[in-house]
Amino acid sequence: MSIVAPAASPPLLPAGPSAQRGESRWRLIARTAFPFLVVALAWEATARLGIFPRKLFPPLEEVAAALLRLTADGVLPHHVLDTLVRLFAGFALAAVAGVAIGFAMGRSRRAEDVILPLISIGAPIPGLAYAPLFLLWFGLGNVTAVLLVAFVSAFPIIFNTWTGVKAVKEVWVRSAQAMGADDRRLLHHVILPGALPYMLTGLRLGLAQAWRILVGIEMLAAVPWGLGWMIFGAREFLNTDVMLAGVAVIGAIGLTLEKLVFQRLERYTVVRWGMMA
Amino acid sequence: MSAATKAAMERAASAYRAGIALLVAAACYEAVARSGVFPAALLPTLPKVASTLWALLLDGTMLEHAGFTMYRVLFGLSLAVAVALPLGIMMGRFRAIENFCLPLASALMPIPSLAWVPVFILWFGLGNTVAILIVFYAALFPMLLNAWSGVRAVNPLWLRAAGAMGADERALFWKVIIPGASPFIITGLRQAFLRAWIAVVGAEMLAASDWGLGWVIFDAKEFLNADVMLAALAVIGAIGFLFERLVFGSLERATVVRWGMVRAAKG
Repeated sequence: MSIVAPAASPPLLPAGPSAQRGESRWRLIARTAFPFLVVALAWEATARLGIFPRKLFPPLEEVAAALLRLTADGVLPHHVLDTLVRLFAGFALAAVAGVAIGFAMGRSRRAEDVILPLISIGAPIPGLAYAPLFLLWFGLGNVTAVLLVAFVSAFPIIFNTWTGVKAVKEVWVRSAQAMGADDRRLLHHVILPGALPYMLTGLRLGLAQAWRILVGIEMLAAVPWGLGWMIFGAREFLNTDVMLAGVAVIGAIGLTLEKLVFQRLERYTVVRWGMMA
Repeated sequence: MSAATKAAMERAASAYRAGIALLVAAACYEAVARSGVFPAALLPTLPKVASTLWALLLDGTMLEHAGFTMYRVLFGLSLAVAVALPLGIMMGRFRAIENFCLPLASALMPIPSLAWVPVFILWFGLGNTVAILIVFYAALFPMLLNAWSGVRAVNPLWLRAAGAMGADERALFWKVIIPGASPFIITGLRQAFLRAWIAVVGAEMLAASDWGLGWVIFDAKEFLNADVMLAALAVIGAIGFLFERLVFGSLERATVVRWGMVRAAKG
């Protein structure tokens, strides 16, 4: 599976549209905003022309109004909070288990031989396909959602941690040992920093995976609160404005996770330690 | 003992341990399933799963479901490639197109494809269209961004060298840019398939449409047919694995490896 990202490949999205030479701040903002304006205008025109029923294709101000209304009466924040709690509970579980398993596999040949075949069997199956099985085993609700998120996001974390630990240069390990480092120091000062770029890639992929799957799980697992459920429930009442507002919030959270959490984490650790340019 | 025989022995030991691990895992599962701690309907024994799989394969229903799923995946994926590949390449070549498309792509990309399922159901009704569009959406962005960064990653020295040797725009495009960007494009295709494969299962579960592997699994839940679910899971895993290994592996060998863009892949 290509969930092991080669650390050498450039990041998928090099920090948005990079500033071009000699371009002022305002021009950059205008340039970025322009495509959104065009799309918004096209949407608005289509919605107002009445080609589609207004109920199904609401103009943007209705979506914005739904967003404001839901935020003001506290429904939307509750949905967002529940979704985020689920996401981080599942992800934390996956991070702890995944890093531990990955480390064991990277350091011990025996563990690698035992665990790798089991994981290779589980990995090619899309996570959501397990959802009904988990629903049968653990019932509807939160437990299923959190466990499934953890299960799904553990795979990239395991694979990348494993690769990272194996990619630590043998020379570093041996020279540290020659200079009298004990196991603990070796782990802390050599293997961990050496494997960290891969581990961060794994955690990032794991979180992205968790985020992609969580919305679907919330639709299937009939949890009482959550953004996925909000969108799916709104379908019953033809509340397209609520659905689109929900989709917008989901996109905003996804973008925030990527930009704020991981790019910052990367700057503070890997770049500072000189592991990556 | 020479290094070669030592390595071979180590490999044999690895394979042996892997086999043992699988056997032990299977035995544990079997023991739990037979012990009756959990109801048999929820945790069927392995022979039961195997016989269900065999029966479904023999009477053709599983193949039909797999056929429907493949149709949706391949249709959506081809659509996504047809849109994203030219667009991504143009984004890499022309500043104006990049300036227009990149902000939109960065804003849409973090939205999981499954979030669109309810919206698309409202717009297009239940059925094939929703599944295909969800696959299209899921596969679009990996393809687009990889094609774009592939074209941008083409070594400018190659471009200038080819230009100096008298290559016209056309030759430059086909002989330098496309092969130069091909490792990224293949990676994009792989990621796109992976995303599409996840998306189709989810879309089939949510936009129930009578056929498809995702629908089988979800439908089996209603009747507590855990054996059918596990059998369908096995088929989904097998197809995903085959695609990843055979289709993309050979595609890679036929293009980027032959053109000397990357070294032969390890696995």
